[in-house]
Amino acid sequence: MPPAPAIEVRQLVKVYKTVAAVDGLTFSIAPGSITGLLGGNGAGKTTTIAMIMGLLAPTSGRVTVLGAQMPRQRYRVLQRMNFESPYVEMPMRLTIRQNLKVFGMLYGVPDLAERIAQLAHDLDLTDLLDRPTGKLSAGQKTRVSLAKSLINSPDLLLLDEPTASLDPDTADWVRARLEHYCRERRATVLLASHNMAEVERLCERVIIMKRGRIEDDDTPARLLARYGRRTLEEVFLDVARRRSEQREAAQ
Amino acid sequence: MTARTDGALAFSPRRVAAMMLRYWYLLRSSWPRLVELIYWPMVQMITWGFVQFYVMQNAGFFARAAGTFIGAVLLWDILFRGQLGFSISFLEEMWSRNIGNLMMSPLRPFEFISALMVMSVVRLLIGAVPVTLLALIFFGFNLYGLGLALVAFFFNLMLTSWAVGIFVSGLVLRNGLGAENFAWSIMFLFMPLTCVYYPVTTLPTWLQPVAWMLPPTYVFEGMRALLIEHTFHPGLMLDALAINAAFFAVGLAGFLWLLGSARRHGSLMQTGE
Repeated sequence: MPPAPAIEVRQLVKVYKTVAAVDGLTFSIAPGSITGLLGGNGAGKTTTIAMIMGLLAPTSGRVTVLGAQMPRQRYRVLQRMNFESPYVEMPMRLTIRQNLKVFGMLYGVPDLAERIAQLAHDLDLTDLLDRPTGKLSAGQKTRVSLAKSLINSPDLLLLDEPTASLDPDTADWVRARLEHYCRERRATVLLASHNMAEVERLCERVIIMKRGRIEDDDTPARLLARYGRRTLEEVFLDVARRRSEQREAAQ
Repeated sequence: MTARTDGALAFSPRRVAAMMLRYWYLLRSSWPRLVELIYWPMVQMITWGFVQFYVMQNAGFFARAAGTFIGAVLLWDILFRGQLGFSISFLEEMWSRNIGNLMMSPLRPFEFISALMVMSVVRLLIGAVPVTLLALIFFGFNLYGLGLALVAFFFNLMLTSWAVGIFVSGLVLRNGLGAENFAWSIMFLFMPLTCVYYPVTTLPTWLQPVAWMLPPTYVFEGMRALLIEHTFHPGLMLDALAINAAFFAVGLAGFLWLLGSARRHGSLMQTGE
């Protein structure tokens, strides 16, 4: 019998007034896998992730995370999840150590001082620990956000554009750390991104979204073969333009 | 209960302590925040202290009612600063775009509210204690001379300030920082109606029942009775407590409803204006 999915989404719909931001999504994500959620602006990636996190209530449909129905049963599983997003920040006046201590206490992390030291070592933050978070560079702040998202050693990590606004070198460094954590911990990761190279490198499965719906869903290799393309970026452009061409043909 | 509510009512002192530590780190790191806590209460107290000096020299009745102005100023400050202390700690999360991190963490709404309540008392004490000592030095008014009555006044005023602070925080959660002005101004709606500086009988007859629906009215009437007639009326404090319990329940229910509404409308993801 296959293990229960880490995330199960069934007929998920989110309507804002008359606009459907997410329109009937159905997918499930196996535990220990890294899945990419690809899509352009307004595709519904952030809305989908917010419903999986329990930050946003669906209009209809169902989201089950680690066996708990979201958002109603979120307190059963929030301790085992975490997230990182460029749309959320850490308190700027607190030092990195203070921020990690507060979040560590919120998540009930045992041996917190040791965990902070370990994360600081892994993410190259040791020399910065007592510096206010607001005085860090963009790359350093991303590493702090990553440290916060790993503070409770989560079984499920939701990442919304984790390397947005980072230079290629720092972005690559962050990806390597994420890869290492997931392999070591066998954690499940759902990664929303515009960055095709990032998705291609990290993810064993890709869900491509457009206008709140799933346009395609497969492994990167099979997507490349099916579309006869060399990169996911080309696949993404094919998917994005296919609908436009179909619409033009229909007209 | 925990199974039925899926853990939403679980309460962890550790998580409350985490939030208090977060606000304490913030206060400690910013001297302007500390100065602001003392600045306005002191300006108010000095202004009204001199007004009282002037009135005492010119009116026989007020000469007997020594301390009512400064007493009113100090008690009003407990009410106003209590609510502001609660709301500002909450607004700090909105300003720093940290609310998503908290809402995604295991922190329960009741734990968050408890931490904000405790921090409002801490902030109030940082500002109020030096000012009450200055009132004693400059104007000979000893607030602590009110004895046990002061405890009853303080507790009732804090309950009202928390009830209002909780409700306003819900409004800001639901409507974003565009609703921030409520946090700064809502308590001034209470000022004329709760009869801070004058007896309830000063109000038009039709407005007096409205005043008696507000718990601080009982506190300010009680303070005047104590300072002018040297009589403490426990009945007034019990009435205030009963109305405060209703205020607190409404504030809490409003907050939870607005939080649910924010979750439905996506406001927790967009915490800007």
